Amino acid sequence: MHVRNLLTLACTAAFAALAGSAHAQISGNTVKVGVLTDMSGTYSDLAGAGAVLATQMAIDDFVAAEKPDFKVELVSADHQNKADIASNKAREWFEREGVDTVTELVSTTTALAVMKVAKEMNRITLMSGPGSTPITNEQCTDLNVHYTYDTYALANGTARAVTQQGGDSWFFLTADYAFGQALEKDSSAVVTATGGKVLGSVRHPFPASDFSSFLLQAQASGAKIIGLANAGADTTNAIKQAAEFGITPKQQLAGLLMFISDVHSLGLKNTQGMYLTTGFYWDLNDDTRAWSQRFFEKQKRMPTMVQAGQYSSVMHYLKAVKAAGTDDAGKVMAQMKATPINDFFATNGRIRDDGRMVHDMYLAQVKSPAESKGPWDYYHIRQTIPGDEAFQPLSESRCPLVKK
Amino acid sequence: MEIFGIPSALFGSQLLIGLINGSFYAILSLGLAIIFGLLNIINFAHGAQYMMGAFVAWIALTRFGINYWAALLLSPVLIGLLGVVLERTMLRKLYKLDHLYGLLLTFGLALIFEGVFRDRYGISGQSYEVPELLQGGINLGFMFLPIYRAWVVVAALTVCFGTWFMIEKTKLGAYLRAGTENPQMVQALGINVPLLITFTYGYGVALAAFAGVLAAPIYQVSPMMGSNLIIVVFAVVVIGGMGSIMGSIVTGLGLGLIEGLTRVFYPEASAVVVFVIMVIVLLVRPAGLFGRTA
Repeated sequence: MHVRNLLTLACTAAFAALAGSAHAQISGNTVKVGVLTDMSGTYSDLAGAGAVLATQMAIDDFVAAEKPDFKVELVSADHQNKADIASNKAREWFEREGVDTVTELVSTTTALAVMKVAKEMNRITLMSGPGSTPITNEQCTDLNVHYTYDTYALANGTARAVTQQGGDSWFFLTADYAFGQALEKDSSAVVTATGGKVLGSVRHPFPASDFSSFLLQAQASGAKIIGLANAGADTTNAIKQAAEFGITPKQQLAGLLMFISDVHSLGLKNTQGMYLTTGFYWDLNDDTRAWSQRFFEKQKRMPTMVQAGQYSSVMHYLKAVKAAGTDDAGKVMAQMKATPINDFFATNGRIRDDGRMVHDMYLAQVKSPAESKGPWDYYHIRQTIPGDEAFQPLSESRCPLVKK
Repeated sequence: MEIFGIPSALFGSQLLIGLINGSFYAILSLGLAIIFGLLNIINFAHGAQYMMGAFVAWIALTRFGINYWAALLLSPVLIGLLGVVLERTMLRKLYKLDHLYGLLLTFGLALIFEGVFRDRYGISGQSYEVPELLQGGINLGFMFLPIYRAWVVVAALTVCFGTWFMIEKTKLGAYLRAGTENPQMVQALGINVPLLITFTYGYGVALAAFAGVLAAPIYQVSPMMGSNLIIVVFAVVVIGGMGSIMGSIVTGLGLGLIEGLTRVFYPEASAVVVFVIMVIVLLVRPAGLFGRTA
């Protein structure tokens, strides 16, 4: 009797241990997704609370559809666009709170800082908001995915299209810091390669509020196109003042980094006719409309490409965790890279060795007030740029992980 | 024809633009100078009050259909009243203390105001159209001058010199000046000094709101529009001489011109040129260009 009991006990214990070890594949049986973003600064409209919402939507949808046997939790924090705050928070999350992946990370400086910490702690980073190309070049890591867009794709898409359509002489208004200069450099190369000419540029302090002096210099250059190699409030103020000084529509503006939130805030009267490149637009097809409508009901704004990409990247990550049956960073990343991405955001998207998620980009032209049917009906999609043309080819990569 | 290697047309237009920006500096630094001169408070909330002035105009137009011209009056009155409330409930308690306390209090208030507007309206800003009467521009030959910008110069200078006249040449101004020199004596003569001081703070704040309404059609109306400007305006006040009324007006215009020229010759330095001048002035004349010796 005792023997049998003992045997049962031993069997149960062994089974429990076995089951336990199966669960231990996912630490604490919980996958924790951290959203580290700009909640209050310049980028809070294009990422911020909307990115947190998109993440929550991804988690809810994943749990409802995939019924995983692990829990998924969300934590979020404001990095205030400061590298030190971002890396400290990421470290705290990894060490004390068992966060599995840190995501979003708008602004290049915070992104690069957190990538280093994550690599050191063997965790995954998913980047939707930051734009600079060093993320997948000099600073690339094997545990990072640069998901939504980068400055190469934007410059490439917009500068090429505008030059081909006759805008063959350019003058740049450039924000005087690394991002603006990189954007100017990338765009100039594309303009020249497409047969256009760059007549000059002026570097304005960052941030600036009055652009009239710089705009008059651009006007005096006689260039057909004034390229805005800046972002956020600098871009919106420059566009508004160009209209005020009668520079547009005689000369045209090309915004090299513009989000739908910028167009919304400026209004169509100031932005009509402008070309821009985007990774997502809510009104592309039934799938994008359906998802965006759900987002809109909660946020009262249509999603930017950063927020849509955030949803897609988190969903792809969670599915990979489920498929791999572990939250081990290396195995999950291998699974993510092996699986193509097909959802409302990307068609046949894939993650390259340098961490670049390659997907189609869209060349959009801003509608005139007469063409728009109402708020958020802002873009004509003029061209779909296939992923392989949109992004920097691997042959030009400066990432040491890429074998040539 | 060229001036220092720059085509004269471009040179002329940059001077004019410098004058336009200078009038913003002048009207903002004037408000700060009045408040500092008469209350000894370094009003760090000035930028936030300027921002709120612009927002009141925007809200008035989009919510209530109140046009620009009415907003030009309404917004300074409302924000000025808010200033009066702040003075009565908070600032009043700090007059006997070090400058630092007033600075910290108003800085905190600025952060709160900006935070509330950021939370409510987001960061990208709102668009405010140029009023119909002032749309379009004049071709001056060397540049296209938007009528609205010309109006800004006229309006700002009128208000600046009106204020200077009121303080330096009228009886009310004389009371104000006397009240700051020797409040007990003036009080003994039967003049309500605390009321004068409340009025002064309200007026200084109203000037900021007025500048905000002037700025609304030019810049995006955004919660951070004031914080970008306020540091430069403080430098203008320091260069002009803390508390000097005429000094702040003249310095505001002059620095606008210098900044405009820097944008042609060496644009990268245009954000710092004001501070370089501030350092030089402080070394040579610590009380500022127009300041009485400290």
